Amino acid sequence: MLKTFPKGGIHPPENKLTSGQPIRRMGIPKTVYVPIAQHIGIPAEIIVERKDKVTIGQVIARSGGYVSSNIHAPVAGTVTKLDMIVDTSGYKKQCIVIRTDEKDPANAEVPEWPLKSEITLSPEEILQRISDYGIVGLGGATFPAHVKLHIKKDQHLDCLIVNGVECEPYLTADHRLMLEKTDEILVGIRILMHALGVGRAIIGIENNKRDAIERFRERCPKGSGIQIAALQVKYPQGGEKQLVRALLGREVPKNGLPLDVGVVVHNVGTIFAIYQAVQHNRPLMERVVTVTGKHLQAPSNFWARIGTPIADLLEAVGGVPEATRKIVSGGPMMGKALKSTDVPVTKGTSGILVIGEEEASRGEPRNCIRCGECVSVCPMGLEPHLLMNLTEKGMYSHASNEDILTCIECGSCSYVCPSHRPLLDYIRFGKSVVKGLTPKTA
Amino acid sequence: MESQPIIVSASPHVHSDRTSKRLMYDVVIALIPAFLVSVYVFGIPALITTTTAVVSCLLFEYLIQKYLMKTETTLGDGSALITGILLAFNLPAGLPVWMVIAGSLVAIGIAKWSFGGLGFNVFNPALVGRVFLLISFPVQMTLWPMAAEGVGPNVDAVAGATTLGILKEGLQFGETMSTLAPRIPSGMDMLLGFTSGSLGEMSALALLAGGGYLLARRVISWHIPVVVLATMALMTGIFWAVDPEHYANPLIHLLSGGAILGAFYMATDLVTSPVTRKGMVVFAIGIGVLTVVIRLFGSYPEGISFAILIMNAFVPLINRYFKPRRFGSRIKAKIV
Repeated sequence: MLKTFPKGGIHPPENKLTSGQPIRRMGIPKTVYVPIAQHIGIPAEIIVERKDKVTIGQVIARSGGYVSSNIHAPVAGTVTKLDMIVDTSGYKKQCIVIRTDEKDPANAEVPEWPLKSEITLSPEEILQRISDYGIVGLGGATFPAHVKLHIKKDQHLDCLIVNGVECEPYLTADHRLMLEKTDEILVGIRILMHALGVGRAIIGIENNKRDAIERFRERCPKGSGIQIAALQVKYPQGGEKQLVRALLGREVPKNGLPLDVGVVVHNVGTIFAIYQAVQHNRPLMERVVTVTGKHLQAPSNFWARIGTPIADLLEAVGGVPEATRKIVSGGPMMGKALKSTDVPVTKGTSGILVIGEEEASRGEPRNCIRCGECVSVCPMGLEPHLLMNLTEKGMYSHASNEDILTCIECGSCSYVCPSHRPLLDYIRFGKSVVKGLTPKTA
Repeated sequence: MESQPIIVSASPHVHSDRTSKRLMYDVVIALIPAFLVSVYVFGIPALITTTTAVVSCLLFEYLIQKYLMKTETTLGDGSALITGILLAFNLPAGLPVWMVIAGSLVAIGIAKWSFGGLGFNVFNPALVGRVFLLISFPVQMTLWPMAAEGVGPNVDAVAGATTLGILKEGLQFGETMSTLAPRIPSGMDMLLGFTSGSLGEMSALALLAGGGYLLARRVISWHIPVVVLATMALMTGIFWAVDPEHYANPLIHLLSGGAILGAFYMATDLVTSPVTRKGMVVFAIGIGVLTVVIRLFGSYPEGISFAILIMNAFVPLINRYFKPRRFGSRIKAKIV
């Protein structure tokens, strides 16, 4: 019996169209658009001006505080504008526009190096490097990585969990990375174990990626303290709390963090970025993006520079098809629908999903028939139908007492609701009111 | 691409293909075998009663939505259709047509729409309709029809009284199980449906087949039907073990009356049953216990309709008390 989390979860069609597609290198775009808020926390502060020449990997916006991150020039070129552009959130955000210098040889360099497995830096140097080089969680949450790695004296830590679950349908970025950069990821894990001073690491991979599981088992050195765990396929297993529960049986307390149960969780993409930063002095300037959808001519996985317009990626898979009704940044369960393709790839862009008519439109909402399906699939043990009702009626303090804030917004409730009720939409709204972000009268 | 309308909405962007309409029609499909058996056993009267109930339920639903509530009509959602079929299943075949219509009006008008329509009703509409008729017209509601000519090898012997009726009458007037035995249909007859009783409760086998379909399609979970029947078996089993001369064995109890119809189709009504598994179990135990208490000690031979309606009233409380356990609510985090 494969491990998994016990409560809730769903199994949407996997649609991993691109799991067999090796990661291709996108060319360097002519212009990159680099937002200064690509992570959770305080936006970075711009430290370049218009007409400045920037070299590749140069810091162009500096971390704005503790929970923040540096941003580096993904190409060599000239800053042409500091502008407000719409990013994947749908809002206009400060952004640095760089025109690529096509003659600069640094742009032509392919960032692939022979494996370097010897770890020479001290734990402090490693943490400093991770912080300086703008590493954030690449699984989608984009939480600055150094914050998670900062362990206080009174905190007990005994295990590093490596998230290779990729439970979102369609996305294969992590899957491909695990297959193509297996050794680098293993070195990255050892780097983190060294930096954190833990002797144990577990790589959690869902069983629909047998090849990745086998590859890690083959390559993983004996006695390294690294285990590979195959997990039952179930969404949202990639959620931190669900993954810790599945692998170790430990339950992260309400409003707590994995560190409260002695665990730090990092995504495989983040680990690879850490490997590159620590072993090859490479700041985070590119990432793997799955460009997929049933109507696309050639769904693919790409190495794309941060700031690459999504339109370029779609062009590379044969253009946006006629039947397109929705373009999503991320996976179908938690991704954000975009209103235009003039949006750049950021550190959190794990995929671009193009959806046609058959999936794009929502069913007409009907009365709740109290079937309890939303309750049984909620991985957090909440009652989505009740939370929606309370929000609808403006009973926010009740909603708060019913733990609305512990919702991880995985969307399982809305996915299963046979009456097509917009459960998560209401819960999100209720959460923002409870947090005080939205006025009650709205 | 700017010319195409692009939809921008919040996640999730995909949806499972299960719809409430599909769930409703699955229930209808599950009821077909039992319906066919009753048409075979009772003939035309079964057809008339069912048709009347279905047509009048749909009609009342339509009229109330259109002229009273002034909302969009949702006849297609299948819920009124199910109420009609289940109401008919709980009536004797051939009940006067006007009574069936009155029962439908109570089911749809009072039990369903006075609470606000689909999803808001506290009590199972079909059962409210049935109990209304049972209390208002006790004679006609316990006039069990003869089987149609030439069908059902054993029916003549028991026509006029249900198994539970025979038990209640007999035991009340000093008879014992041994003297009653010849008048009680065999287990096989009860399984196949050659007994007497409400239109849809005849064949345990047909009802179980439909129940199996509902379980396989995941329209219902096993918790309610299994726990209702297990509770009934356990309770009647205890009485029977202590005094087999004055109490019928559990098998007779499970196969007779509305036990299976109630456990699989009436108690599992999504709207009027609890939402959590824990809640469902509590609800089902309540139904099992009340049914047996009414059957053994009440004045009615059969009590599952009352038991379900009584437990329906507890559902909001059950939902409030038996909540799912919140993730991370353990007091102390366990560190291995």
